[in-house]
Amino acid sequence: MLRLLARGSGHHSLTEIADSLGLARGTAHGILRTLQRVEFVEQDQATSRYRLGAALLHLGTSYLDANELRSRSTNWADTLAARSGQEVRIGMHHDGAVLVVHHVFRPDDSVQTLGIGAMLPLHATALGKVLLAYDPDLSAATRRRELTSLTRRTITRTQALERVLTEVRSQGWAGEAEEYMPGEASIAAPIRIPGGLVVGAIGISGTVDRLCDSAGRPRATLVRQVCQAAESVTTSLVDEN
Amino acid sequence: MAIDQGTTSTRCIVFDRNARLVAVAQREHRQYHPKPGWVEQDAVEIWRNVDRIMPQALRQAGITADQVVALGITNQRETFVLWDRHTGVPVGRAIVWEDIRTEELVARLQKQPGIEEVRERCGLPLATYFSAPSLRWLLDNVAGLRAKAERGDVLFGTMDTWLIWNLTGGVNGGLHVTDVTNASRTMLMNLATRRWDPMLLDFFGVPASMLPEIRPSSEISGRTTRVVPGISITAALGDQHAALFGQTCFEKGSIKGTYGTGGFLLMNTGTELVRSNHGLLTTIGYQIGSEPTYALEGSIAVAGSLVQWFRDNLGLIHSAPEIETLARTVKDNGGCYIVPAFSGLFAPHWLAQARGIVVGLTSYINKGHLARAVLEATGWQTREVVDAMNADLGAPTPVLKVDGGMTADHLLMQFIADVLNIPVMRPLVAETVSLGAAYAAGLAAGYWPDLEGLRRNWHLAARWNPAMETRHREDEYANWKRAVELTFAWARSTPPST
Ligand SMILES: Nc1ncnc2c1ncn2[C@@H]1O[C@H](COP(=O)(O)OP(=O)(O)O)[C@@H](O)[C@H]1O
Ligand SMILES: [Mg+2]
Repeated sequence: MLRLLARGSGHHSLTEIADSLGLARGTAHGILRTLQRVEFVEQDQATSRYRLGAALLHLGTSYLDANELRSRSTNWADTLAARSGQEVRIGMHHDGAVLVVHHVFRPDDSVQTLGIGAMLPLHATALGKVLLAYDPDLSAATRRRELTSLTRRTITRTQALERVLTEVRSQGWAGEAEEYMPGEASIAAPIRIPGGLVVGAIGISGTVDRLCDSAGRPRATLVRQVCQAAESVTTSLVDEN
Repeated sequence: MAIDQGTTSTRCIVFDRNARLVAVAQREHRQYHPKPGWVEQDAVEIWRNVDRIMPQALRQAGITADQVVALGITNQRETFVLWDRHTGVPVGRAIVWEDIRTEELVARLQKQPGIEEVRERCGLPLATYFSAPSLRWLLDNVAGLRAKAERGDVLFGTMDTWLIWNLTGGVNGGLHVTDVTNASRTMLMNLATRRWDPMLLDFFGVPASMLPEIRPSSEISGRTTRVVPGISITAALGDQHAALFGQTCFEKGSIKGTYGTGGFLLMNTGTELVRSNHGLLTTIGYQIGSEPTYALEGSIAVAGSLVQWFRDNLGLIHSAPEIETLARTVKDNGGCYIVPAFSGLFAPHWLAQARGIVVGLTSYINKGHLARAVLEATGWQTREVVDAMNADLGAPTPVLKVDGGMTADHLLMQFIADVLNIPVMRPLVAETVSLGAAYAAGLAAGYWPDLEGLRRNWHLAARWNPAMETRHREDEYANWKRAVELTFAWARSTPPST
């Protein structure tokens, strides 16, 4: 379908597309809707004809501008901080680390320092684990490197990390307690662009006693809040695209 | 629930008791530029957007209309529409506050006897920005309009009035009301009496029959019968006033800056009506109950709209936030400055004929430097306004509380802290305009007991500390001032033409 649209006039009606490719109209329409959702195809408002979409031009380059992610997620990051009472960060992968693209203070009006632009380790933070779990190339590259030990609890064996990443994928969120800093914990969930690709992670961090229950597990209510925030940001990326 | 009818988009937001955002639905509307300097919007499109986003917000929140305690309306100010009382159909498009078609008319009115009295009564300098000159322009230029207005067949409304009239029934008994803050931006209301002023109506030639009833911000007392019926509309405020309220700037002397299409700094001056000697406007801050709270305002016409211009007219970025990415490709402005006097210069200069300039171009300048100059323009304009506020007050401002779409721009917020040399603080709810409208509505409905309770909801979400060397700051400010002077020079050499 994309090849057909890339050829000749580049503007085709649904019938033309279905007939040219020998597809039932319903089938062609379903495929076109999917392609439209990920912006590989656009429909002309006036003529209803289909053509290639802008996203194809940027295929392979960056999917979402970091500053744009901050703009789009501000409302939901604020809400997560208000609900959880913890500080919120949004991270994207950059150069083998987590780049903090957004930071909201813990809403207790204590003195805090804005951490936008900071780099965090991938293997020792919840944000980083999310980014690793959904990016096979990144996790492969990380496996080949030495995993730096930051605390007694930092995961330093690649096999152990692999197991954790599998768990992250199956539960849809990541947690960490004292793997990055003694006494501190974090919880994070994936942010996706239309089509499902994970482009970032949103999460909270705070003291272990606030984030984890007596068994040392991340508190279920907080996990739910983080996942909801991630869902809301993901939805807002679909809405306006 | 709040509806924020802004310059670029309309939002519907639901908040809970702790002022936490529960749902948000938003839709942009079209900007029309039929002639150079003209800016219009389609009031019907905006009404249709409200029709979509209200149910959408309820769905997202998972609630029904009866669970909404109250609705507060907030809106872009000065923008207004005229419509037929019997059909509800607008007379042409809404004229937006950025529109400068009345430049010549304003120059003419400036020489009319009574002009000093006008400023005294409404607190505003004569400018294309406010509603009255544009309204006068329509009455003069649309055939038959004046007669219809005098008969009461055509109604005037700022966007709050238009939405309330429609939500409460439209042609079937819709309320024709506005609040004092919106009325205070028309140039037709007397600041001291808070009523339409016969002298002002006479000066601008506006028939009283077309004007809505003026009410306190928290005494709107309407009920929706359309879109989502059965919701109490209890408050309305202009967006900048709502932001002042949402930032809980309840004390005399507290200041907020809202960065959207334009930039607007408001300072609470308490129950005292203060007049500026340094180019600021006197306006009503808000009126909750019987006494109004006054404010001084420094208006910046072009802030986010310069970013939009960079995106839409130059096409150098795809989305507004990418301006920061582009600006970070270089380390400084390379000696380039942009003064965006698209609609003349507002505070503190109030120079209608000024036009925008880009100065300091060399072959070294690339799009990254231009992107920096775009963002820095908002920083320096803020500095000019804060200097004026400090001069009026005789004391320096200690911190600036900010909100609005541009606060997501990290580079810009740091730059503002740097050029003001004071901390810049963002509250946990960046949608402060909506929050302020929700606060006013909730107070009116008895959902929140008092202002103190609201103040406790304010939490710091981000803080930018100044980090620029004094020497560098003052050098750059001097350059900016020279650039601003060049826009005056340009104004002098080209008389207004239409
Ligand atoms: N990250 C950003 N950097 C700079 N400008 C931005 C950014 N995000 C949004 N804007 C600008 O902010 C404005 C939108 O903010 P908003 O508060 O919604 O405005 P309004 O209420 O006037 O419609 C637009 O003019 C847009 O160009
Ligand atoms: Mg706004």
